[in-house]
Amino acid sequence: MFELCLPAILGGKCIPSAALFGQLLIGLINGSFYALLSLGLAVIFGMLNIINFTHGAQYMLGAFTAYIILQKTGLGYWPALIIAPLIVGVLGIIIERTMLQWLYKLDHLYGLLLTFGVALIIEGIVRNEYGSAGLPYTLPDSLRGGQNLGFMFLPNYRAWVVGASLVVCFGTWFVIERTRLGAYLRAATENPTLVRAFGINVPRMITLTYGFGVALAAFAGVMAAPIYNVSPQMGAELIIVVFAVVVIGGMGSILGAILTGFGLGVIEGLTKVFFPEASNTVIFVIMAIVLLVRPAGLFGRRA
Amino acid sequence: MERVTETGAQTMPERHERSQWIAFAVMVAALLAAPFFVYPLFVMQALCFALFALAFNLLIGYVGLLSFGHALYFGWASYLSAYSAKAWGFTPELAILTGTLTAAICGLVAGSLAIRRQGIYFAMITLALAQMMFFVALQAKFTGGEDGIQAVPRGYLFGVIDLRNDMAMYAVVLVVFLFGFLFIHRIIHSPFGEVLKAIRENEPRAISLGYKTDRYKLIAFVLSATLAGLAGSTKAIVLQIASLTDVNWPMSGEVVLMSLVGGLGTIFGPIVGAIVILTMQYKLAPVGEWVLVIQGVIFVACVLLFRRGIVGEIAHKLKIRL
Amino acid sequence: MKRRTTLAALAVVLACGTASAQQVSVKIGVLSDMSSLYADIGGPGSTAAAKIAIADFQKANPNVKVELVSGDHQNKPDIGTNIANQWFDVDKVDMIIDVPNSGVALAVSQVAANKNKLFIVSGAASSDLTGAKCNANTVHWTYDTWMLANGTGKAMVKTGGDTWFFLTADYAFGHALERDTMAVVEKNGGKVLGKVRHPLNTNDFSSFLLQAQSSKAKVLGLANAGGDTINSIKAASEFGIVKGGQSLAGLLVFTSDVNALGLATAQGLALTETFYWDANDTNRAWTKRWHSEGGAANGKFPTMIHAGVYAGILHYLKAAVALNGNVSDGKVVVAKMKEIPTDDPLFGKGTIRADGRKVHPAYLFEVKKPEESKYPGDFYKLRATIPADEAFRPLKEGGCPLVSG
Repeated sequence: MFELCLPAILGGKCIPSAALFGQLLIGLINGSFYALLSLGLAVIFGMLNIINFTHGAQYMLGAFTAYIILQKTGLGYWPALIIAPLIVGVLGIIIERTMLQWLYKLDHLYGLLLTFGVALIIEGIVRNEYGSAGLPYTLPDSLRGGQNLGFMFLPNYRAWVVGASLVVCFGTWFVIERTRLGAYLRAATENPTLVRAFGINVPRMITLTYGFGVALAAFAGVMAAPIYNVSPQMGAELIIVVFAVVVIGGMGSILGAILTGFGLGVIEGLTKVFFPEASNTVIFVIMAIVLLVRPAGLFGRRA
Repeated sequence: MERVTETGAQTMPERHERSQWIAFAVMVAALLAAPFFVYPLFVMQALCFALFALAFNLLIGYVGLLSFGHALYFGWASYLSAYSAKAWGFTPELAILTGTLTAAICGLVAGSLAIRRQGIYFAMITLALAQMMFFVALQAKFTGGEDGIQAVPRGYLFGVIDLRNDMAMYAVVLVVFLFGFLFIHRIIHSPFGEVLKAIRENEPRAISLGYKTDRYKLIAFVLSATLAGLAGSTKAIVLQIASLTDVNWPMSGEVVLMSLVGGLGTIFGPIVGAIVILTMQYKLAPVGEWVLVIQGVIFVACVLLFRRGIVGEIAHKLKIRL
Repeated sequence: MKRRTTLAALAVVLACGTASAQQVSVKIGVLSDMSSLYADIGGPGSTAAAKIAIADFQKANPNVKVELVSGDHQNKPDIGTNIANQWFDVDKVDMIIDVPNSGVALAVSQVAANKNKLFIVSGAASSDLTGAKCNANTVHWTYDTWMLANGTGKAMVKTGGDTWFFLTADYAFGHALERDTMAVVEKNGGKVLGKVRHPLNTNDFSSFLLQAQSSKAKVLGLANAGGDTINSIKAASEFGIVKGGQSLAGLLVFTSDVNALGLATAQGLALTETFYWDANDTNRAWTKRWHSEGGAANGKFPTMIHAGVYAGILHYLKAAVALNGNVSDGKVVVAKMKEIPTDDPLFGKGTIRADGRKVHPAYLFEVKKPEESKYPGDFYKLRATIPADEAFRPLKEGGCPLVSG
C-alpha cells in the first residue's frame, strides 16, 4: 500500500493508491456517458453535417420514456433499454423527415439553430407534463448490490454501465469502419451523388443514421435513469460538456469520439479527488489547451 | 449563411442609404417618445438587449461566425460594472467603462481560441468557454453566487447628474444605444467591414487576396464582445442588478433568438427582435409554463419558414436594405 | 394532469347588502417560478394555495374583496424585479407572496422596501432576508437556511450522529448551509471530520461519496439542493452508504424531492420541514382541496412552501381587515401583522418577530422504508418536534438593523 501525492505546488494532496484505483474506475463509468453521447453526435455529424443540439433533450427523453413505459405497461428496466431507444429513435426520424431534411442545402449553422429550438420545445413539454423536480426510477433488482474489489465497493450496476457502453461503442465502431454497410455510409459522406448513382438510397440512409444517433442518446438516457435524477433539465448542461468533448476529440473519427469520451471521464474523475472545485471546468480547460496545441482536435483532420 | 439582403446591392446604393436614414429617423423619434407611453424601465431594458443583439449580429451577420456564448461578455461586463459601482464607488460612466473593458479582454482571450476552428466547431467552442466562465462566476466570491450583485447604485453621471431619476437614466441609455448602433453601422460600411463580408462570402479567396483573415476575425470578435459588454454594463446600472442569469447559457440562446427573429445580417433586425422577444417574455409571464416551448417554436419557425426574420422580410418585400 | 395557472385574475366580488360594513379591497400577486427549476416546490401549486386562502377568508369575511394575479419570474432576478416594479407601480398590487430562489427574493424585497409595499417570502431559503438584509416591508414565513441547519443538525447530534462529513454545493448557498450546520454540530458536541465541495449540477457523485465513505463519519450532511441532492442520495443508495451504517442528513429536501427519489432510494434520510401534508387531519383535508384546485401534476403533494403561501395570505388579510382596508402603506401593514398573533390551520399559533421572521415549530422527519409506506405520499415518520422558540435563529444573532441593540 502506498500513497499517491500531488506535487506541493499543486496542493500536495495525497490519496492511497487503492482509493486511486477506485476513482479511476469511477471515472471510466462517468466517461461511458460522454462516450455514448459524443459517439452519437459524431455519427450524426459524419452523415448529416449537423450538430445535433437536441442530443441532450433526446438523452433526457430516453430516461423519461423508460419511466413512462414502467408506469403505463409495468415493463421494467430491461425491456425499456430496448423499447425506449426505439421510440425516441422514431421520434428522431420524424424530426429529420419533417424539419432537418430541408436544411441540408443551407449553412450548417441553421441545423444547429433548429435543433436548439427543438431541444427547448421537448424540454418545455416534458416539464409541463411531469414537473421539474424529477421522477423516481430505481435500480433493476438483478443489478442491485455490488462487489467488494478490495480497494473499493463496485456496485453491480456501475460495472454493467461500463460493460454495456463499451460493447455498444465498439459495436458501432465496428459496423461503421469494418462492414459493407459502414463502407456505404462512409462513401455517402464523401460523395453522396456518386453513391446514389450506385443505386443506394442515400436520403433513407441519412434518415436512419439520424435515428440511430438519437437512439444512442436515448440508450444513454435509460442507462442513466436509475443513477441520475430523471428531470427535464438532465440533458441540457450535459450536452455542453459533450460538445467540449467532441471539440477535443474532433468529430472526424468514431474511435476518437469513443476514446476521448472515456478518457475525459477518467480525467474528470481524478479532478474530483484532487481539485473538486474545478471538476466541472476541467474539460473546458482541456479543450482550450487542445485548441492551442492541436487546433483540429486530438483525432481530427484539418478541414 | 443564406444571404438575405444582398439583392440589388450594387444597383441602388442611394436608395438603400435613403431608406436606412428614414428608418433611423423613425427609430430615434420612436425612442424619444417611448418613455412617455411605455414603462420606462422596460424600454431601457429593451435598448440594452437590442444593443446586445446588434453586437451579436455583427459577428453572425457580417462575418458569418455564430457565437453561442455571448452571455459570457454580456454577463461578465455586467458583473464588473455592478461591482465597481457598488464596492469601489465608481461613477456610472466609469463603471460602464470597466465592464466594457472586461468584456473586451474576455473577448480577446476567448476569440483567439475560438477562431482556430470554423463553422459549428466555432459555435461549440464559444458555448463551452461561456459555460466555463459561468461556473467561475458561480463560484467566485465577488459575484454573490446565486444572489448576484444587488442594489447597485445608479449614482451620479460625471458626479453631477442624479441617475435615480428614470428619465435621466433613460437619456443615458439612449445615448449609449445610439452610439453603439452608429458605431456598428460605421464598422459595417468601412473598408474593414468590406473585408469582413468578403471573409463571410469566401474565406479562402480572402486569404488568397492576401488578407490575414484570422486577424480580421479576431478584431471583429473583440469588437462584438466589447459592444455586448457595453450592453451588459449599462443593463447592470439600469436594473441595479447583475446576476447569474446574465452569464448563463440560456442568455446566449436568447440573443441568438432575438437576432434570428429580427433578421440576421440586417442592421435594424436585432433591435426589432429584441423588442419582440422581451415583450413576449413580459406578456407570457402569467402563462410561464409555456415560455420555453414558445421560444423553441419560434426558433424552429424562423429557421424553417422565415429565415430572413421580420426586418429581412420587410426589406425583401420593399426591395430595400434595412 | 393539467396544471392551470390563473391567466387573468380571480376577482370575486361578494357585494353583501350590508352598507355599514367597511369595504376592504386588496390585490395580491403570487410571484413564483412557474416554468423552471423550482416550479414543483412553488409554482402553480402556490397559486392554488393562494386561491384556497382567499376562499377560506372570504367565507368568514364576505365583504372583503381580493384580487389575485400570478407571475413567473423564471428564476431571473431581473425579471422578478421588473414584474415586482410593474405590479406595484402600474397594476396596483398591494402584496407579493412566495418567490422561491433567494436571489430573486432579495431583489423583490428591495423593491418592496423602495415602494413601501409588502412582500411575504415563502419560497426562498436565505436567512439573510431576516438578517443583515432585512427590512420593514418584508415578512419571511415558511423556513430558512438557519432553521434547516439547526433542526437537522441538532437533532442528529443528539440522537448519536456526532461525527459529520459534508457534501457541499460549491456556491454561496451551499457554503452558508454548511457553515450554519457546522456551527450547530460543534455547539452540540459533535465533530466535523471533513468536507468536500462539489460544483453545481454535478451528475456523478460516486467519487465524492467514496471520499465520504472513507472518512468513517456517522452522518453525511448534504449541503446542496434540488437535482444535486437527488443525485447524491441516488448514488449513496447505490454505494450502500446507509447500509454501511452511515446516515444521510438532507439539509434542504422537499416532499417533491422525496417523491422524485422514491422511498426505496430515499429511506432513512433525515430532514427538517415545517409542514407535512400527512401530519394530521387538517393537513390532509387541506391537501385534498389543494389537489382539487389543480395544485400539482401527477398526484404530487404540497410542500411547506405552498402551506406558507396559504398561511401568509390568511394573516395578511387579517391585518388588512384590522386596518379597515388601508393597506397602501406597506410598513404599517407589516407592523400590524407583527402586532396580531398569527393563528392558522396549517402552522398553528405563532408570531412574527421584529426582524420579519415568522416563528413556528419545525419537525425533524425520517423517510420511511417502502414497506412502511401504506399509500402514495406516505413519506415520513416524525422523529422530533422543534418548538417555535428554538426552531429559528435567535433575534439578536441575525444582525438585522430593525432589531435595536
